[in-house]
Amino acid sequence: MTKRRGFSLERLSGAPLRALTRLSGSDLAARLHLRDPARKILYHGARVGTQAIKAGVAAVSKRAPSDPTRLSASKGAGKFDLTPTDDQAMMRDSMRRFAGEVLQSAARAADDAASPSDEVLEQAHALGLAALAVPEALGGVGAERSSITQVLIAEELSRGDMGLALAILSPVAVVQAIVEWGTGAQQQDLLPRFLGDHFAPAALAILEPRPLFDPVAPRTGAVRDAKGGGWALWGEKSLVPLASRAETFLVAADVKGVGPRLFVVHRDTPGLSIEPEPSMGLRGAGLGHLKLEGARVPDDALLGGPGADNSFDVGVLVDRARIAWGALAVGTSQAVLDYVIPYVNARQAFGEPISNRQSVAFLVADIAIEVEGMRLLVQRAASLAEQGKGITRAASLARQQCASKGMKIGSDGVQLLGGHGFIKEHPVERWYRNLRAIGVFEGGVLA
Amino acid sequence: MIYLETPKRFRALVEQAHGIAVNVFRPISRKYDLAEHEYPKELDLLAAIIDGVNDGGGAASASQLQKEDKTTTEETAGSTTKNGGNLATVLSMMELCWGDVGLALTIPRQGLGNAAVAAVGTPEQKAKYGKRWISMAITEPNAGSDSAAIRTSARLVGDEWVINGEKIFVTAGARSDAVVVWATLDASLGRAAIKSFLVPKGSPGLKVARLDHKLGIRASDTATLLLEDCRVPKENILGSAEIDTTKSFAGAMKTFDNTRPVVAAMACGVARAAVERAREILEKAQAVRGNERSPWLGSAAEAELCRLEAEVEVARLLTMKSAWMADNRVPNSVEASMAKAKAGRVCTEVTLRCVELCGAAAYAETDLLEKWARDAKILDIFEGTQQIQLLVVARRLLGKSSGELR
Repeated sequence: MTKRRGFSLERLSGAPLRALTRLSGSDLAARLHLRDPARKILYHGARVGTQAIKAGVAAVSKRAPSDPTRLSASKGAGKFDLTPTDDQAMMRDSMRRFAGEVLQSAARAADDAASPSDEVLEQAHALGLAALAVPEALGGVGAERSSITQVLIAEELSRGDMGLALAILSPVAVVQAIVEWGTGAQQQDLLPRFLGDHFAPAALAILEPRPLFDPVAPRTGAVRDAKGGGWALWGEKSLVPLASRAETFLVAADVKGVGPRLFVVHRDTPGLSIEPEPSMGLRGAGLGHLKLEGARVPDDALLGGPGADNSFDVGVLVDRARIAWGALAVGTSQAVLDYVIPYVNARQAFGEPISNRQSVAFLVADIAIEVEGMRLLVQRAASLAEQGKGITRAASLARQQCASKGMKIGSDGVQLLGGHGFIKEHPVERWYRNLRAIGVFEGGVLA
Repeated sequence: MIYLETPKRFRALVEQAHGIAVNVFRPISRKYDLAEHEYPKELDLLAAIIDGVNDGGGAASASQLQKEDKTTTEETAGSTTKNGGNLATVLSMMELCWGDVGLALTIPRQGLGNAAVAAVGTPEQKAKYGKRWISMAITEPNAGSDSAAIRTSARLVGDEWVINGEKIFVTAGARSDAVVVWATLDASLGRAAIKSFLVPKGSPGLKVARLDHKLGIRASDTATLLLEDCRVPKENILGSAEIDTTKSFAGAMKTFDNTRPVVAAMACGVARAAVERAREILEKAQAVRGNERSPWLGSAAEAELCRLEAEVEVARLLTMKSAWMADNRVPNSVEASMAKAKAGRVCTEVTLRCVELCGAAAYAETDLLEKWARDAKILDIFEGTQQIQLLVVARRLLGKSSGELR
């Protein structure tokens, strides 16, 4: 038990990591009692070398191409409980450490540069989050679909920085979508690159630049080329994370008579142009704009294939994305709370700490109440999602609260610091900008 | 394992409570709102049924679960979480108050005083008073939220306590069989000297002075009690007669950790009733088209209704959380206050906004929305006002004493 707890991420970076990896994989696994997914992930995610990807590819190639592998739904405990499993708690703690030690200090630079650094993305890749989303049979470490685990991860990363969290989780969302809806052949073709040695940038592009955008009715369209085969995509996608580096995009486009579907679009596709789209916030995610002007993709770019038996449901995609955005809002809102408490206790005015005044203290109390409320809404929606239950209402309620209360918390965070909150010496102005994204974004991340 | 649905174990109980709300409360809701101070005799039958269930009638009731929980300790914190009497109570209270909060407050033998006796009474007191209807008298004309400032006094004369003072806002003060009266043994010693006493009706010197006419919860009687050299036996003190200044108020206030989630649950029930009714009215008027996923793409009324529903859902989950913590013996003062603060303000905002959204018909006495919007306000006041709850939360978060953050 103590050994497991001591097996922390910081020990898995740098020189100690190289020392660890000199041990053979199986010995290490045995020594660390790596059985459950979250334990495996710490091991797997840290493994430097090619064993993982080789195993993954081997596992994949054993399967018939038409035979996709999905993560199964969770059963649900049947008892009201807010206690994460031991594995989830360990995962959450690891993410919290990573956010505190890596993301918080990298946030300002990424915000200024409107791009995450390669170094941060590589460090994040070592966390193995993509592998957690891939079933074991496909070379990953995932067992069942755990939206709760995903929201715990998203919350903690966002406590470090929402923009960087979005960048880190962006390829994970692509992996999740391929696992959930891809054909067997697409899984074999696309998944191994996410299980390799390096961070594989990719993004799930849903959002379009128009007011009152309805994510289940995108205007981006896909037109079948009856003669030459393949598809031509027309339209625009906005605020796409990692746009300048992503190798693969999953683009939502309407297929006439069928409805919205996801298309695999590689960055070198003719007819696709990519521009940076620096915005109010989430700058650390490296946001960009995709223009699809008759972008040509092959037949098999249609995720899940053309058959009526495909399991894709754009509503579920949108709902699960909103749950994950809710979790990002919770994390940043918690960061605001953590930051303002010591500040208002230390800041003196009229001869005493400003926190001695109800007008200040009650604002802090309200932040705490609303953060907890947002968290419960997000976790309820995530719990329903992993059980495969209807989530539309729960996700919509979570989005509503996380957008409105999250923004209020962002605003109050700046207000509580007064003029100091308005300058970049303090992170609250960045959190204010980032929290405005909730309620704007669709897609990009998944629970 | 994180799971936020109503536990399987309580689904029958919740259904039962909902059935009472639909079949017993709603049909007489307006009648006793209009006939203030008239005793809702329909509740006698209901109380008898609840007593029967509590005495082992078979179905799991909230109070039975509470009894169970006191004797079973095999489930502790960790992966084997416990769903017990506190959670059962808030879930069933949400349903009952979805029906009518005033009536729920005046179910015979379910008074706040009953909760106090159950929590801190001696076996003898429980045996003698457990089957009676006990109200709770704390507030005085000059001591509301500041319950440490109460001036009602108790002094021991021979084998009797002699109590003097005036108590106001006593819920079920006229209908109850006995009253738990908070009084000080020595006003100069502050909170530590405040004790509570079981005062049966008919005690010499106890008088119900008047009944109040109220904004809402009119089915529930609210009384002013006068105690003039009121005498009760020495053994009628609840808890110890010793004045322990080191322990301050903790004992007395601890009751609130269990009762605040219950009042929060009442607010959740009323608020849910209002949003459900508003949705029904607005759908009938074709003002909402039921875009569950993106309601803001529809009418302003639909977007607003969705916002209100989200607020109600937050209040509900915070309430369930605080009760779940109590069931698992996790200190929950802050969470109980968070739930009470959120549910109290949400209930008032939501019911009032629903009246506004639905217009004239909802403002008239022809619809219960009118009544719920009046009933709601007390839920942000009694059992600790919004402001008191925020003080509890803020002091804890900021590490402040009651002297620093006043």
